[in-house]
Amino acid sequence: METGRRNFLKIGGLCTLGLGSLRLVDAIAKTEEPKFLLNVQALSAKRWAMAIDMKKCWEKGRPGCTDCTLACHSTHNVPDIGTQKEEIKWIWEEKYENVFPRQESGMEPEAIREKPFILLCNHCTNAPCTRVCPTKATFKRPDGITMMDFHRCIGCRYCMAACPYGARSFNFRDPRPFIKTELNTTFPTRERGVVEKCNFCEERLAAGKIPACVEACKCKALCFGDLEDPKSDVRKALASQFSIRRKPELGTEPGVYYVI
Amino acid sequence: MLERALTGSTRYKRLLGVLLVFMGLGFAAYLTQWNRGLTITGLSRDVSWGLYIAQFTFLVGVAASAVMVVLPYYLHDIKAFGKITILGEFLAIAACTMCALFVLVDMGKPMRLLNIFIYPTPNSILFWDVIVLNGYLLLNIFIGWNVLEAERKGTHYPNWVKPLIYLSIPWAVSIHTVTAFLYAGLPGRHYWLTAIMAARFLASAFCSGPALLIMLSYLVKKYSKFDPGKEAIDKLTTIMTYSMLISVFFVGLEFFTAFYSNIPGEMDSLKYLFIGLDGHHNLVPFMWLFAILAISGVVLLLNPNVRKNEKMLLAAAACVFFSMYIEKGVGLIVAGFIPNPLDQVHEYFPSLPEIMIALGIWATGFFILTVLYKIAISVKEEVA
Repeated sequence: METGRRNFLKIGGLCTLGLGSLRLVDAIAKTEEPKFLLNVQALSAKRWAMAIDMKKCWEKGRPGCTDCTLACHSTHNVPDIGTQKEEIKWIWEEKYENVFPRQESGMEPEAIREKPFILLCNHCTNAPCTRVCPTKATFKRPDGITMMDFHRCIGCRYCMAACPYGARSFNFRDPRPFIKTELNTTFPTRERGVVEKCNFCEERLAAGKIPACVEACKCKALCFGDLEDPKSDVRKALASQFSIRRKPELGTEPGVYYVI
Repeated sequence: MLERALTGSTRYKRLLGVLLVFMGLGFAAYLTQWNRGLTITGLSRDVSWGLYIAQFTFLVGVAASAVMVVLPYYLHDIKAFGKITILGEFLAIAACTMCALFVLVDMGKPMRLLNIFIYPTPNSILFWDVIVLNGYLLLNIFIGWNVLEAERKGTHYPNWVKPLIYLSIPWAVSIHTVTAFLYAGLPGRHYWLTAIMAARFLASAFCSGPALLIMLSYLVKKYSKFDPGKEAIDKLTTIMTYSMLISVFFVGLEFFTAFYSNIPGEMDSLKYLFIGLDGHHNLVPFMWLFAILAISGVVLLLNPNVRKNEKMLLAAAACVFFSMYIEKGVGLIVAGFIPNPLDQVHEYFPSLPEIMIALGIWATGFFILTVLYKIAISVKEEVA
């Protein structure tokens, strides 16, 4: 196609005008309304935290109960890959010696040594995972939740190296064929190649609901609330009983407390 | 100058052919990884970095070859290095390229690579590592190419190259320091959480880089008319000897702190590497091979007669190179993940496709190296 200078300038001018008019549209269409409306029922806090009362779990729960794990994993479409190597888990069980390594006296009651402890992301105040992420795909929210953006994660797994609690899982393969619970269409499934972990059910909090695991526990062993609010359930539970956190010496300030 | 890479002896073409075959195999293996994900590797939830990141870590050290010839030549005016600065710089180009490729194949979502630049995150050491490594790659390309081109034309290189040369010296220190910081700042990874990590990286880089350069210089001398010069090799040998001694000393320091303090977390990874932990000992043979090679290298290099004898020197350089390869490219990364944060041992061993991809990247690096060395040597032969 042949074109002269005149034509070229004409088309160029039109293009510039067209692109420039976009700004005009933006300016005219501007409203005072915010782009997103917060659900008025949304739960909010200065610092979300959880207290796990293991005694309640062991004494009141039926043996082998995994209600919290089931509730969480079905709510969040967590796949069941079936191998230890590629296992994906948001909330799960381990023994005392693994949850609190180097804190064993060696003379604990057998119950403590053998009974399961509940593990999940600690939503640390000083989260090492968010410190190392090269794309801010994992980040801290002002309310203390350590969030994960599955759509920004590049899958470098630096956060997995940084997490001192083993709370993060990586999608080594496409997880969708391995979702064995009923698909929750209100929560995204993940793609192959990204990291995932517990999100303290921020999507439920935004809709005014407490986390799925807390709701599912029939013996009320999981207690969720605002750590900065002295009247919250979490503060009351922690004020009346002795509690510990995992690896406090690392200065990460976990938001998950254990009452034993 | 590029056209010099297109012509060459049958041996040159055969070498490129062999490397291309390995590159092809590696690429084919990468396609399966592209289609199926990192599930085809031996990596796991607990050992989430393995062969790829370990090769990357070791190769950052090899890139130091450049500064070990550039620094004495430009800062101390040691003329003997003038002839081989180009070999060091071109080796750094190949090493940096391999580093970048190893990081790329390790990514779960490589198509999102640019997110690192779209959302720059200065508090992430990985962000800085990407910057310093690519920066060092570019510096060496600009410097190496311009200095060589000037040599071909029989002129002095342009003045704007000089500041880049001076910049490349501290920049070389930065690539090791920043790469060490990737590991040394993570809470809960006892094996990595050591203040001398960056110092260890520098020391091992300054022996493995020159060791490879000594071996390559020998090959260059044998197969071309260009002689890098005995004096340069002697001086490189001295640098390699001191750096190797310091490296071995540093490894010893880690042992002292861990075992004299008797803190389990400090000892566990070292135990896993050298005697096995809880019945798991995949890496024990490798680490003893490291120990044997390192000690052999030191014993050989301490003997002045060995340093003067070409064949013996090559053997010593090989000991140094491969011992440091095992230390950085096999042990360091994997042992950081063992035991895991829950004090359990889940071992790692690379899968066949993973090894093929790694070999493919090594072949790519050596392909680049061969082509660049061919150009450099052709120019040197013409000028001489």
